[in-house]
Amino acid sequence: MPIHLTINDKAITVPEGATILEAAGANGIHIPTLCHHPDLTNVGACRMCVVSVERARGVQTACTTPATEGMVVNTMSPAVVETRKFVLEMLLTDHPNDCMTCEVNGDCELQDLVYDYGVKWPEHNGRRHQYEIDPDPNPFIFIDRNKCILCGRCIRTCDEIQNRSIWSFANRGFESKLVAGADQLMLDAGCESCGQCVAYCPVGALFDKMSLGKGRANQAEKVRTTCGYCGVGCNFDLNVRDGEIVRVTSAHDAPVNGMALCVKGRYGYDYVNHPDRLTRPMVRVKWLDAEKVAERVESGQWTLFSEAEQRRASLSYRRTSGDGKSVAPNPQSQISADTFVKTDWDTALNVVAHKFTQVKKELGGEAFALFASAKCTNEENFIFNKFTRQMLATHSIDHCARL
Amino acid sequence: MTNSIADITEESQCIFIIGSNTTENHPVIGTKIRGAKRHRGAKLIVADPRRIDITDYADLHLRHTPGTDIALLNGLMHIILRQGWQDDEFITNRTEGFAELKAVVEKYTPEVTSAITGVPVADIELAARMMAENRPGALIYAMGITQHTTGVANVMSCANLQMLLGNMGKRGGGVNPLRGQNNVQGACDLGGLPNVYPGYQKVTDAKVREKFEKAWGVPQPDSVGLTVTEMLKAAEEGKVHCLYIIGENPMTSDPDLNHVRFSLQKTEFIVLQELFFSETAQFADVIFPAASFAEKEGTFTNTERRIQRLRKAIDPPGEAKEDTWIMFQLAKRMLALGAATPDPEAPYGDWEYRDVTDIEEEINALTPIYAGVTWERLEAGEALHWPVPSPDHPGTPILHTRQFSRGKGLFVGMDHVPPAELPDEEYPLMLTTGRVIYHWHGGEMTHRARGLEAMYPEALVEIHPKDARKAHISDGDLMKVASRRGEILAKAQITDRVEPGLIFTTFHFAESAANFLTNPALDPQAKIPEYKVCAVKVEKA
Repeated sequence: MPIHLTINDKAITVPEGATILEAAGANGIHIPTLCHHPDLTNVGACRMCVVSVERARGVQTACTTPATEGMVVNTMSPAVVETRKFVLEMLLTDHPNDCMTCEVNGDCELQDLVYDYGVKWPEHNGRRHQYEIDPDPNPFIFIDRNKCILCGRCIRTCDEIQNRSIWSFANRGFESKLVAGADQLMLDAGCESCGQCVAYCPVGALFDKMSLGKGRANQAEKVRTTCGYCGVGCNFDLNVRDGEIVRVTSAHDAPVNGMALCVKGRYGYDYVNHPDRLTRPMVRVKWLDAEKVAERVESGQWTLFSEAEQRRASLSYRRTSGDGKSVAPNPQSQISADTFVKTDWDTALNVVAHKFTQVKKELGGEAFALFASAKCTNEENFIFNKFTRQMLATHSIDHCARL
Repeated sequence: MTNSIADITEESQCIFIIGSNTTENHPVIGTKIRGAKRHRGAKLIVADPRRIDITDYADLHLRHTPGTDIALLNGLMHIILRQGWQDDEFITNRTEGFAELKAVVEKYTPEVTSAITGVPVADIELAARMMAENRPGALIYAMGITQHTTGVANVMSCANLQMLLGNMGKRGGGVNPLRGQNNVQGACDLGGLPNVYPGYQKVTDAKVREKFEKAWGVPQPDSVGLTVTEMLKAAEEGKVHCLYIIGENPMTSDPDLNHVRFSLQKTEFIVLQELFFSETAQFADVIFPAASFAEKEGTFTNTERRIQRLRKAIDPPGEAKEDTWIMFQLAKRMLALGAATPDPEAPYGDWEYRDVTDIEEEINALTPIYAGVTWERLEAGEALHWPVPSPDHPGTPILHTRQFSRGKGLFVGMDHVPPAELPDEEYPLMLTTGRVIYHWHGGEMTHRARGLEAMYPEALVEIHPKDARKAHISDGDLMKVASRRGEILAKAQITDRVEPGLIFTTFHFAESAANFLTNPALDPQAKIPEYKVCAVKVEKA
């Protein structure tokens, strides 16, 4: 049965079971929140969403109070505003005055509310927590408990969305604090480093460690894309600053995954900027004109990909033999037929075009085989398929689907 | 997948995972399955030889011996038929071959099944009951089903079970392979296979060939091409002279790496298009630096056949280029050299593409299942599931709702066939392979991702305490694992995730990759190697 109520003198009808917060939200009336998130259950912990309800004692939390027939609600009564201000002041009495250097400055729900309600920095002599900053050695999630407002969103995120239930509160009163497992390190508590808790943290208590100091929300451009690791097809936003990916953030409207991501999707992007990336086409000397190689190398247009460089760029070599710095650079005189030369695109493309054309004319399409890629796009794979079948005249194209 | 991730995780009453380490390899689906179990009480049954993470959440863990999936599935069907729990209406209206299936399954009594699989009779009985009492149920599998010499038969057995229970063509049901790579589905869909053109149009079909001959303006060969494993063999034999390898690393991901190395060394000319100087790069003649996923525009197709946009966020480093740019350049040069002479009248014979939208248009024109996946719809934010036969078609999240691709669903009774190589006196342990959550395949990407590498920096071999004790191996000891094909050194991780007699390792680390050990024996039809079972011996290094 639909429920009829009045919020701020506006007559509203909502389905049975809706909370005051939902009723207001559905009708364009904003009620501030901190511990509430539409994806999570409501706990009414922070008291920011309080409203006045006629004939009810005190103020009520809009996120947990169901709308009832004939209810008359005021979301901005003097009592309500006073309560919110008091809540914010209380939060600030145990919060570092660190907005200038805080990672989430400009992207902080507490900061926005303090601004909206004109709350001043409280001068008081009470106790402030002095928790160690970044006490957990995991490589992905930064913790600053001094900034934690005990809203419990991370706890509910891990329990209700991620279904891992790593986070909880320990102790009571002023000693209450967020802990992983039985106050363990996160990984020991069974954390799988998905970073969902960071995505739902309204303040700077949890943050992506890889993104510290790399750029705040307003300094980065967000580009919506699809993850390049597994076949689930999660969407997220690449945060880009000065041509570098500085962070991956969840996108609420991602069709497959919503806010959920895994450790690779959220924290596995930095290979893109790795110094090992190949940046120039390379051809072995034996496929080039020896004189031209000597001349271009001499003039600096082309460079040799030395043995040492080659080893440094190879993962297995680095792991088995250190960083490869002990390998003496190849003196120029030691150019062999197998030495790689960093050429220009024109040269490299022509080497391949000539070789392929010659082989095709002499031996036909059966002399070719192409490995397409499950890492490449649909459009790219279509082009690989056309190149193989039209240009090379063979159906020998396959990829790692079986591997 | 025949179904979508959403309908399975939101509506399935029983999720049966077989041969998928879901929480490590498809973590977000794993997250959602945990949610289905915890928040709405869906039943969760996991069949896997290892005590993988998702088993912690399962109602029932069937710990069968690697390579006995058919027997296990037949055993489940035996009980379902014995109890009369099959969906007779579905079987009558939608399927054929039921009598044959019945005849085969008859033999797999719980006792016989238990003897083959090592799963207790009571657990097999309970699993069958759970599946029967909780419908619709979804079956989820991955490489644990396919990477066997019986890969195709394993998949058919999965389909048999789901048809028997009437779990096909409805929300919360289906046979659902989780595709590994981000775009392995798309690479298959768009022609990256030797037997089919884009959209699974067979190269052996004269009408299909004629269509592509007209579109591209050149004659088309009428026989299927080589698969990856066959390509390497042909290169070794001197039949294939030129290998063009794009974004793949056969020197870690293919079976029997010592043999792969030999094949690559013998190949006359190898062109590699890559992000990094991979293990395969040392065998290349020409290397083209390519763009990463963040540096280009296009689409990926996910495991549930959903086509989604990839957007360019940054420029490729240095002179690295998009794969399509490289191929356009190459094709134009080869045309000029007379490598091919497409009919100038052919609508798609040339290589003049303005941008990715021109490619999309050609895909729409030539690929019926992608005909309606236009760039305009993608740009407007649609994330369609193929088949999308026309621009106004809403897409197809669930397959086979009214009929199967061939009309009626065909039951094909399959018998248990043991793996190609089983432990013996000389190689007394069984090796199974897979991945861990922190790494990706050959690891060219994840080993260069700081945090991921810090989490899992070296190769580990899971070994049961009993087997470790026998070989005098302690946790963290360097151990040598040898098969008939090669050997690797890696650190021991003593754990009861594996049972006695079984060890597990990954192929993430090139120098100690499991694929030095694996058996290149192939499924005769799918040509997939038997990565999940081979015989090995271990000793302290």
